[in-house]
Amino acid sequence: MYSEDGLLPLSALQHLLFCPRQCALIHVERQWEENRFTAEGRVAHEKVHEAGSETRGGRRIVSGLPLRSLRLGLSGQADVVEFEADGAPFPVEHKRGRAKEEDWDRVQLCAQALCLEEMTGRTVERGALFYGKTRRREDVVFDADLRRRTEETAARLHELVESGRTPPPEPSGRCRNCSLASVCLPGARRSVEPYLRKAFDE
Amino acid sequence: MKHYLNTLYVTTQGAYLAKDGECVLVRVEGEDRLRLPIHGLGGIVCFGQVSCSPFLLGHCAENGVGVSFLTERGRFLARVQGPVSGNVLLRREQYRRADDPAASAAAARCLLTGKIANCRAVLLRTARDHEDKVNAGALRGAAERLADCGRRLDPGLPLDVLRGIEGEAGNAYFEVFDHLLTNQKEEFRFSVRSRRPPLDRINCLLSFLYALLAHDVRSALESVGLDPAVGFLHRDRPGRPGLALDLMEEFRPVLADRLALSLVNLGQVQARGFRVEENGAVRMDDDTRKAVLVAYQKRKQEEMRHPFLDEKAPLGLMPYLQALLFARWLRGDLDGYPPFLWR
Ligand code: SF4
Repeated sequence: MYSEDGLLPLSALQHLLFCPRQCALIHVERQWEENRFTAEGRVAHEKVHEAGSETRGGRRIVSGLPLRSLRLGLSGQADVVEFEADGAPFPVEHKRGRAKEEDWDRVQLCAQALCLEEMTGRTVERGALFYGKTRRREDVVFDADLRRRTEETAARLHELVESGRTPPPEPSGRCRNCSLASVCLPGARRSVEPYLRKAFDE
Repeated sequence: MKHYLNTLYVTTQGAYLAKDGECVLVRVEGEDRLRLPIHGLGGIVCFGQVSCSPFLLGHCAENGVGVSFLTERGRFLARVQGPVSGNVLLRREQYRRADDPAASAAAARCLLTGKIANCRAVLLRTARDHEDKVNAGALRGAAERLADCGRRLDPGLPLDVLRGIEGEAGNAYFEVFDHLLTNQKEEFRFSVRSRRPPLDRINCLLSFLYALLAHDVRSALESVGLDPAVGFLHRDRPGRPGLALDLMEEFRPVLADRLALSLVNLGQVQARGFRVEENGAVRMDDDTRKAVLVAYQKRKQEEMRHPFLDEKAPLGLMPYLQALLFARWLRGDLDGYPPFLWR
């Protein structure tokens, strides 16, 4: 069990899955550089959160619902949670872009579900991801496998942030889409000595 | 790459700066003179009798735009800045290393490598480009002495030995500094460095440019979350931005010295633009100050390749990249601090 002080943002799970160094730069070092990708994401989110809450066909649709789980040590906000007539929650997360090969988005959604379970005492079996670019909705089942992976990711996130260390860069194709590349400097060679030695050549 | 953000310099006495929506409004004698969107700004520097509304200051703080107040002649007075950015762990590491003599010496060695190499590059560049107009032999001789100092910067040397080498290199450089002038040689003769106050025109020019550079380096350090006050080569002294001065060393020859020289050599500043007081203190007039500011801004826009990162960036962004690299050394990503080496 974590204390309220020890809660980390839900969104950090995705950062961790994308790149542990990016996650440490944001959540340990507090570097944040807004680039085109994050800016678009933020604008899209603001739109969703503005919506407030409404009732449609017996379901209550709540935007911007605050969430937390003391068990996983996470807190954040759900884009949208639909409550069925019987009160069963169904989280829906809006994503810019398209569905990814990896299960980052599913892990984040599952973490929301685990928060909702802890807060409402009800089982949350399913949710959905909505992709802005393709306007496609993907239903997600929170099975044992996904739950385990989500819990593991949350535990790794806490380890990383508590260590206070930023892992070294692992340059890859991801760096091109990384909002923190200009802070990370993935291309910086690690050994400085040969560079210093060359300063007085020629 | 971080956008290259421009600095707004306000030199008009009596100017008033206010927030106008998302813009900075500059008003002089009740008249709106300039409106600039705050998002394109990296900093505001006010010279002399210039005031800012508290709302503008708050807005700047929120947007990470540092506002500095300098005297009319460029002496630093105060700076308004938002909440301290970055991470406490990084600053703690900075303090730990600054307290550790071996780690301080290691940093000082890297910083001095940059300083000495860039001084040398300035001498060699002039010797090459103005072979016919300057005493190229003297410049090459001094460059050789600098190279010799640089090659003696071995790992493991204690700080006092490093400072000795620094002093030697400084002498070698300033001894031939006067030879770098190809024009207006009499009016701008340089003998020794004088600062408080500057006692000749070239020193007056240098001091002003160093003040501009100090502002930029300090902002760069703050924006990556480092404490500009705690230095390695420059030890702590209240009110002294030690780390900013440290990081400035490698930029002085490139961003300030060379610019001062080319302003004189190209006749962009004239002797009559300076006033010599009865006691020998020298001041610049308004027009000269403006010409220097414009030239400085222009110089910062020149693109070059960063020698360590191997990326192209405007010269004005280099202090920011160096601040990042310094933080990366503190973080343990790099086994040393790679200074900016100009060629
Ligand atoms: S630039 Fe690459 S290595 Fe650096 S944080 Fe981003 S993804 Fe990770």
